[in-house]
Amino acid sequence: MRTRMAAALLSLAGLFVSLYLYLYKLGYIGTLACGTGGCETVQFSTYSRFLGIDVPLLGLIGYTILLGLSVLALQQPGRVRWPGLLRLLAGGAAAFSIYLTYLELFVIHAICRWCVGSAVIALLLFIATLFMRVEAAPPPA
Amino acid sequence: MAAPAGGLNRFYLILGGLAVAGAVVLGALALRKPPVSIPANAMVQVSDTSGFHGYYLGSDSAPITVTEYADYQCPACQEWYTVQFPTIEERLIQTGKVRWRYRDFPLDQLHPHALIAAHAAACADEQGKYWEMNHKIYSWEPRWPEQRDAIGTFSDYAKAVGLDLPKYGACMQSARYAGRIQASKSEGMAAGVPSTPTFLINGQLYSGGRSVHYDMLKAMLDSLAGGPAR
Repeated sequence: MRTRMAAALLSLAGLFVSLYLYLYKLGYIGTLACGTGGCETVQFSTYSRFLGIDVPLLGLIGYTILLGLSVLALQQPGRVRWPGLLRLLAGGAAAFSIYLTYLELFVIHAICRWCVGSAVIALLLFIATLFMRVEAAPPPA
Repeated sequence: MAAPAGGLNRFYLILGGLAVAGAVVLGALALRKPPVSIPANAMVQVSDTSGFHGYYLGSDSAPITVTEYADYQCPACQEWYTVQFPTIEERLIQTGKVRWRYRDFPLDQLHPHALIAAHAAACADEQGKYWEMNHKIYSWEPRWPEQRDAIGTFSDYAKAVGLDLPKYGACMQSARYAGRIQASKSEGMAAGVPSTPTFLINGQLYSGGRSVHYDMLKAMLDSLAGGPAR
């Protein structure tokens, strides 16, 4: 159960990081609290869109789905499908985050701390899903 | 081990509380409108000047290139723009006889909105609408130089020329072209620009709003062609 709770908390954190970056991209937030100076370079690079969609929006959608699945996994701990689905999606998110971090380091040559933060969250989320087990339903209150 | 229902409910409360707290923080950030500030004497980076030499208008095969050093808030520049430039643009630039190169030379100590105006135009350039924005800013309608804060007027101009407003807003907040504007001004200072507007034609400086006009440029073209230009 703890891994499901961790997955829900990590998904929520990832959702807010993505939302923060997306609001910035839309111009609703003046400047990013970045520190490296690279956030802007990354956010306005040609790689900030994937298949015509803003990467932060993809993150927002992805983390929202992951949060929903984590809550379902908490609600229905006996169901086999939720951990499997979570593992699949979190694995995809982690792989995509690794690809984005590679782009930052070796192609764009700028580091956005928030993007790295999101990548770490995705990776931890995937690790959490690896430890999920199908559990017996909680006793009725 | 499965958590008891009470523990789960407590977890949902914590999760909900964190969600609300996050939403409140992001909402406050989005609602906060930090003032746009374009720093004067910004540090010029290599990226500010590499591949960028000014805003061009007209054919690159034109026999004459005029470099204009100007300040959007300078009354002489605005008057020159209103009186002289439309004729020059229509009869010399659009016909391929003259190529125009605009360089920012903001006199920010005299004109508090000059840097913001130059930056607004640079942000319009990012979306391929530099000259549309340049024309709007020089229209001085409404008279933004007299406004306490002209940023709203520039946003209206951005909307009027069809810019993507969120992108324009993000560009203005970032002040990312401050270095480019400073590089432009430094170029003018190195060239010996004494005031605005000043024009550089074939290595010679012409200062003041009456120094360059259609007849003067036409005569210059005539002498280059060895006879009156058509």
